[in-house]
Amino acid sequence: MSALPTVSAAESSSAAVGRVVSGGVDTSHRAILYLEDITVSFDGFRALDKLTLTIDAGELRCIIGPNGAGKTTMMDVITGKTRPDSGSAFFGQTIDLTRLTEAEIAHAGIGRKFQKPTVFENHTVFENLELAMKTDKRVRASLRARLDSAQLDRIAATLDLIRLSGEARKLAGLLSHGQKQWLEIGMLLMQEPQLLLLDEPVAGMTDEETERTAELFKTLAGGHTVIVVEHDMEFIASIADVVTVLHEGSVLAEGSLDKVKNDSRVIEVYLGR
Amino acid sequence: MNQAQVIEIPAMPAVRLPAGLGTPPALFSVKGWAALLAFVLSVSVLVPVLFIIVPQDNSFHLSAYFVTLVGKIMCYCVVALAMNLIWGYAGILSLGHGVFFALGGYAFGMYLMRMIGREGQYQSDLPDFMVFLDWKAYPWYWSFTEHFWYALLLVVLVPGVLAFVFGFFAFRSRIKGVYFAIITQALTFAFMLLFFRNDTGFGGNNGFTDFKRILDFRIAEPATRATLFALTGIYLAAVLVLTRAIVRSKVGRILTAIRDSENRLMFSGYNPLWYKLSVWTLSAVLCGIAGALYVPQVGIINPSEMSPANSIEIAIWVAVGGRGTLLGPVLGAALVNGAKSFFTQSFPEYWLFFLGLLFILVTLFLPKGVIGIVEMLRRNRA
Ligand SMILES: Nc1ncnc2c1ncn2[C@@H]1O[C@H](COP(=O)(O)OP(=O)(O)O)[C@@H](O)[C@H]1O
Ligand SMILES: [Mg+2]
Repeated sequence: MSALPTVSAAESSSAAVGRVVSGGVDTSHRAILYLEDITVSFDGFRALDKLTLTIDAGELRCIIGPNGAGKTTMMDVITGKTRPDSGSAFFGQTIDLTRLTEAEIAHAGIGRKFQKPTVFENHTVFENLELAMKTDKRVRASLRARLDSAQLDRIAATLDLIRLSGEARKLAGLLSHGQKQWLEIGMLLMQEPQLLLLDEPVAGMTDEETERTAELFKTLAGGHTVIVVEHDMEFIASIADVVTVLHEGSVLAEGSLDKVKNDSRVIEVYLGR
Repeated sequence: MNQAQVIEIPAMPAVRLPAGLGTPPALFSVKGWAALLAFVLSVSVLVPVLFIIVPQDNSFHLSAYFVTLVGKIMCYCVVALAMNLIWGYAGILSLGHGVFFALGGYAFGMYLMRMIGREGQYQSDLPDFMVFLDWKAYPWYWSFTEHFWYALLLVVLVPGVLAFVFGFFAFRSRIKGVYFAIITQALTFAFMLLFFRNDTGFGGNNGFTDFKRILDFRIAEPATRATLFALTGIYLAAVLVLTRAIVRSKVGRILTAIRDSENRLMFSGYNPLWYKLSVWTLSAVLCGIAGALYVPQVGIINPSEMSPANSIEIAIWVAVGGRGTLLGPVLGAALVNGAKSFFTQSFPEYWLFFLGLLFILVTLFLPKGVIGIVEMLRRNRA
């Protein structure tokens, strides 16, 4: 039915998760994320104003827009940090995100990278990945948790992928800004999410790191879904399929990068300035 | 129904992890175990011998005063370890831990009161304070407290249930930081006021005292005192091992992750509520048991144990010793209380000034407490 390679239900539910929506997400109608008429107000100010957005499974979507457009707030809604005043948010066909806690949403398969890199600074790089790893995350399981060799291999592979193998024992707080960004991305991958939300993943990276990040996203491309909020147009040009422009809490334009770049309204509110 | 693909990390040509990663460190080093064993032997053999068998005129004899003082301080050391679990590791500052300690003490105190039997002033079956209030029978919540095992159960359950219920609502509402500290102060203050009232049935501001025996042993007997002392020391050692086991497990890493970045942890799929609630309740129970060991040794429990200042002092012990370290809190509780007994004998009026000054100095200059100095010296030597 779908072009996407599937993962057996047994595999995706094998890691017994807490009080959770089990199994995978139902993407039988292609879309993996539906936001409809989402409104969020802070003291009367509308950070999101009837935002409607659909993301297909397997897409790599870039979201751009001026500061204050509501990009981070949108991620807050998707991950359960902020409850919308109205509107609906569904993960696949069945999972109502507005009813779940942050932890339940993470279990359901949504991983999030914050705008400001957020890692456990007093833990080693290795421990950061260990904590993020998809597994039973309830108290009793954690008391007895021991890493098996498959899990160790996973951590080793991720360390290699994010180029931090040499830093495995280092405290995360001692990493450079760009390395922290990479570590956070690595932590997301350890969660094995189906949908990745990346809030300004290359902010503060050197040109070389940015290039390598674009490469990483491309190696991950194929079958999974990524939403990237970015300002760096060069970076967007190097990875984007479809670009959505947010402005004052709703969608201003959507389409290929070339198309939105030439949209007169987009030029006026964003690119032109 | 389709399932979106789980992101695969590309298979790597066997990547090697640096050796030793992922295998948890030993619970204690050989040296650590040896020190622990030496400690347990001295509290359970050496001190009893020096106290009971060595005659009083021998310079190695230990006085009853010394045994009581050290026994009391060891109870405080456990409280400091319990406080460190919740504050040092999970980052949740409680300024109400005194209430759990006192409730454990009162729960066991009820048993001790009933063991007085008719040896009280009024030679009644009821404790003197009830006779004084003209009560004719024990109120219902004193039922079964004449049974030793039931009293022990209360020692665990009363602080445990209170902490669980209080913690559940506080953590579920995501009350944190200074707000949490303030409501814990309010909690202990409210209990203090409640226990001050005579008709609450716990002896009002005099509390419980004049205990005579535990099981069939007279409390004043040196052998009984030595046993209580040894039990306290062994309990302290056990709590130390427990703390180390928790800290070293994945739960320990999750607790420090709650302290450092609760958001990241939630978005990684952990529900911090249950972690906080478990360690909070455990911490309260550990304090309760320490309170139960404290009361028969010190011979009194009254509502002043629940005064807000007492709970603040607990936080100071931990800060002075070094929060978030294994031995720091023990060291802090011992040092501060040692200094306190010196001050209250020699210059009682200066104690609070000294305590305040100590706290300010440590906060400003020793973020890692006394244990921080020890570590620094060690590193310099290396
Ligand atoms: N917790 C909050 N309280 C008040 N205003 C907020 C809050 N979060 C975001 N906002 C406001 O909502 C608007 C959208 O913010 P945000 O989503 O962070 O924008 P972006 O990520 O696109 O730069 C901004 O004007 C911001 O000031
Ligand atoms: Mg933002």
